[in-house]
Amino acid sequence: MTTLDVNTLANAKAKGKRPYFFDDPAVERVLSITMAVAGELAVTRERLDTVERLLEAGTPVTKANIDAYRPDDDAAQERQAWHAEYISRILRIVHQELEALQATDDVSPEELADKMAAS
Amino acid sequence: MAASLPPTYDRTAPNALGAKVNHDEIARFNFLTSVNVHLGTQLFPGTKLAFEQRVKPAFKKAQGREIATRVEVRDAMRTDPLYQTWAALRRNTMEMRQQTGRAIALRQLDALIARAKELNDAKPTLQLNPQTKIPRYISEVDNHCMPGSYYGELVPDDVSGPANYDLGVFVTGAGSMSARNDGGGRGVAKFVRERWPDFKPKRIMDLGGGIGSNTLPIAQAFPDAEVIVVDVGAPVLRYGHARAQAMGYDKVKFVQAALEDLPFEPNSFDWIQSTMFWHETSAPAITNGMKRIYELLAPGGMTLHAEQPNFTESTPLWEKFTKDWDAWYNNEPFWSKFHTMNVIDLMTAAGFQKDKLIEGEVVSDVEPGFYQPWAGSLSRHAPEKTNTAPTTRAWRGWYMFGGWK
Repeated sequence: MTTLDVNTLANAKAKGKRPYFFDDPAVERVLSITMAVAGELAVTRERLDTVERLLEAGTPVTKANIDAYRPDDDAAQERQAWHAEYISRILRIVHQELEALQATDDVSPEELADKMAAS
Repeated sequence: MAASLPPTYDRTAPNALGAKVNHDEIARFNFLTSVNVHLGTQLFPGTKLAFEQRVKPAFKKAQGREIATRVEVRDAMRTDPLYQTWAALRRNTMEMRQQTGRAIALRQLDALIARAKELNDAKPTLQLNPQTKIPRYISEVDNHCMPGSYYGELVPDDVSGPANYDLGVFVTGAGSMSARNDGGGRGVAKFVRERWPDFKPKRIMDLGGGIGSNTLPIAQAFPDAEVIVVDVGAPVLRYGHARAQAMGYDKVKFVQAALEDLPFEPNSFDWIQSTMFWHETSAPAITNGMKRIYELLAPGGMTLHAEQPNFTESTPLWEKFTKDWDAWYNNEPFWSKFHTMNVIDLMTAAGFQKDKLIEGEVVSDVEPGFYQPWAGSLSRHAPEKTNTAPTTRAWRGWYMFGGWK
């Protein structure tokens, strides 16, 4: 039997120099960790959804039943819609920056405050 | 407009070697697939806006001229915060896919190896050659960020690399490669049957065929042909052969050889196919490889290659930049150079006559019923995406080129 350190080996890096996109690699590191945590919460949420659906159906909530559960088309759509909504929510600031790029008439509240005070 | 949703991972066919994907791993893949779709359809269009609105004008102001090359676009975009976020997320999502797939494969590696051994045992259809030299274009970086690439072995008889690959393809293509990752091969088989209904190849080679996922639909379409998958990596062949056996394709051969050293007789193949292969090679490899293909083809034989389309005079600068992204940031180093090569010239230099060349486009052919009725096919790259007929949902096709001898 092979005894491999699965946790370490699953994390293996692909050969080749890794590109970093932010000016400071620390930003990338934190983003990566944040997305991993976000992913794990999504996993927990999907598991909770399965538990709720088993309970609703009167099926015993066992580990085996959770693993065997397959959503029907409607349930799958609801779960995928949740993922889409959730990802949209965690990436809010990026979308707001994109929106700001489209809105050319944004003024800063500080400038506005000065303007208001003057008049 | 509400965003389209990808199908769920549980719709994929059960792993042919019996790798079990548990509830939480399915959920993890669902999350990553959804992130890919979000990046491709929601944020990626924003990076183009950032290019048009601030990156391009800033370049012109600083340089006194328009931005002119894809490398200039790449370097200028690297300073844009929206692009930085999109790119970092995209790279990261690929890495997370690899990690998730590797964890699944490694957790049950003993069982996978045992199953592969049982299916491969003493079968003459699996021909491994430990003397095979791994070419530099494969050994220098792990293509598409897949640790261990096609040839790496953690233990003797390892199949964890290809098992990870087979498990994770769904995530990157958001299901567009069909239930068995064979959408490309299904599309190629359909393309050939429709275009040349009288073509009856007796011997077919799938060059760089890896686990053979795109080869099996060809074997299915041409059941009387001898079909040979050639690849440089032992683990992918071990896995692919066992996978083919488990799926009932017991005649398909899996042969370990490098493109530079193909162990076959001249004039011995009626069809030599490759599917998304050349962009993982090099300029000498494709130049010499095409000559070798010409030699190996029987008179009246045909070669066909599904690949990235080459850039032309009219390819917009932005499209060139986005199509080259994987070369620079997803460990596909030759992808960029390949885009600029004239494959028609390559073919004619190899001996093919100009009037016998083939060009076309193939789309991934998705099994009817694989998608839930509400689901859409969404690539991580929005511009590559097109939904076609209701039964076959596919991203925009691959460029097909080839020729008759």
